[in-house]
Amino acid sequence: MLTQNFSLYGRGFLGTVQLTVYASLLALALGILMAAFRVAPVASLRAFGTVWVTVLRNTPLTLLFFAVMLGLPRFGLVLPFTVFAVIALGCYTSAFICEAVRAGINTVPVGQGEAARSLGMTFDQTLSAVVLPQAFRTVIPPIGSTLIALAKNSAIAGSFSVTELLGTYKPLNEQGYNIIWTFVWIAVGYLIITLAISAIFSLLERRWGVPR
Amino acid sequence: MTAPATTSALYDVPGPHTRRRHRMYALAGTAVLLVLLGWIVYLLIHTGQFAYRKWMPFEYKGIQELLLNGLAGTLKAFGMAAAGSLALGGVLAAGRLSEHRPLRWVATLVVEFFRAMPVLVMIFFVFVALRVQPLPALVTGLTLYNGSVLAEVFRAGVNSVERGQREAAYSLGLRKTQVMMSVLVPQGVRAMLPAIISQLVVALKDTSLGFLITYEEFLHAGKLIASNLDYGLPFIPVVMVISPIYIGMCMLLSWFANWVAKRERRSVKTRQVEVAAAEPAAPMPGDTRG
Repeated sequence: MLTQNFSLYGRGFLGTVQLTVYASLLALALGILMAAFRVAPVASLRAFGTVWVTVLRNTPLTLLFFAVMLGLPRFGLVLPFTVFAVIALGCYTSAFICEAVRAGINTVPVGQGEAARSLGMTFDQTLSAVVLPQAFRTVIPPIGSTLIALAKNSAIAGSFSVTELLGTYKPLNEQGYNIIWTFVWIAVGYLIITLAISAIFSLLERRWGVPR
Repeated sequence: MTAPATTSALYDVPGPHTRRRHRMYALAGTAVLLVLLGWIVYLLIHTGQFAYRKWMPFEYKGIQELLLNGLAGTLKAFGMAAAGSLALGGVLAAGRLSEHRPLRWVATLVVEFFRAMPVLVMIFFVFVALRVQPLPALVTGLTLYNGSVLAEVFRAGVNSVERGQREAAYSLGLRKTQVMMSVLVPQGVRAMLPAIISQLVVALKDTSLGFLITYEEFLHAGKLIASNLDYGLPFIPVVMVISPIYIGMCMLLSWFANWVAKRERRSVKTRQVEVAAAEPAAPMPGDTRG
């Protein structure tokens, strides 16, 4: 069954990988930016970061997809569904990345920030040259599990007409293939993706992580 | 190390000059936000989202009932999934903590498998392959997933209880079930209560997945109203009504988790036990850190 429909299955698999990669990049960029906002000296930026995180963390992802996929076109903003899916997934995950990074920033010893400041560094320099690189080492595992969660959440996009792995069950089901085996192969596909992400992050952890 | 101390370690205490500069930033930021907000409102008005016809449906009793029924559906699914996953979590945690190796292996296998699968795959599997009604399919999927995650939370909680407690209980002559039930579990659950509630927030959020398998829940009711041509497809009004309620419910539960966490930290009993720090923040759905 797998060999006969390899192209369909492969397309779905690649769709999920693509969605995961792009959404991860967006989530990382936005998440780090929001984390910087949340520790910034300017109160309004802090408030903005807090609101962003609180609202997105308490929004059901399906609702977000619903609003983005079906709502934005009403304003004449028409983009491919995949782009919408990446935006929704990326923004949603950025709230969790932000919290992970912020927790990481809090684990960096206070002396590091104080030393950087006493050298006359500004907030931007302190954060980007001293604190974040050290925080990065401790946040590798939590970010890894957040990105695995992102890969799993990308399954929701399939129901909003985006080509991805879970969505392949539909055509296969219509062609009368055994539905149980279809799901077994889908499960294998997701396992491959999540295991790959966790392998990448354990590699990063071994290379740069804080030795325990 | 307290959070404020670390935060202020990143920048000097602002002097009068910097304070003025920050005020400028704040003003500029607020201005940008206001412009953005104004633009959105303009777009909304321009595309006629505030037209009476689009908001009219919310005046009708039938529509209100539809929404309330949807909300009831969401809460029903949440209640069943929460009860189910707490029970399943307890059973699986007991399995993972068991002294019998086969039992431990089976429980570990189940927990690891269901934590690694997207919830939606399980829900679709139950719904499509086993041809089950939407509500049981949704509840089964949510129960399997959240139960597995909760099993890890319970296990971590029991393991976080100080070793002396277990040893003392054994030395009093209690049997292993008694040690577990009357000494370790109460303390472990207490330590993990914030994490447990946070996981329930995830379950509450994930009930919206029922929308994808046509379970009559809140989002589904919204979709029904939004796709009504008689009211000029009131999609945006529906989102504006639904999302505050949804987000509000989740926030309430998250806030409760935080409140419990704070109260716990204050409590003398738990301070003496020195429990593992339970993350009060709501984990991401699909995030399986135990």
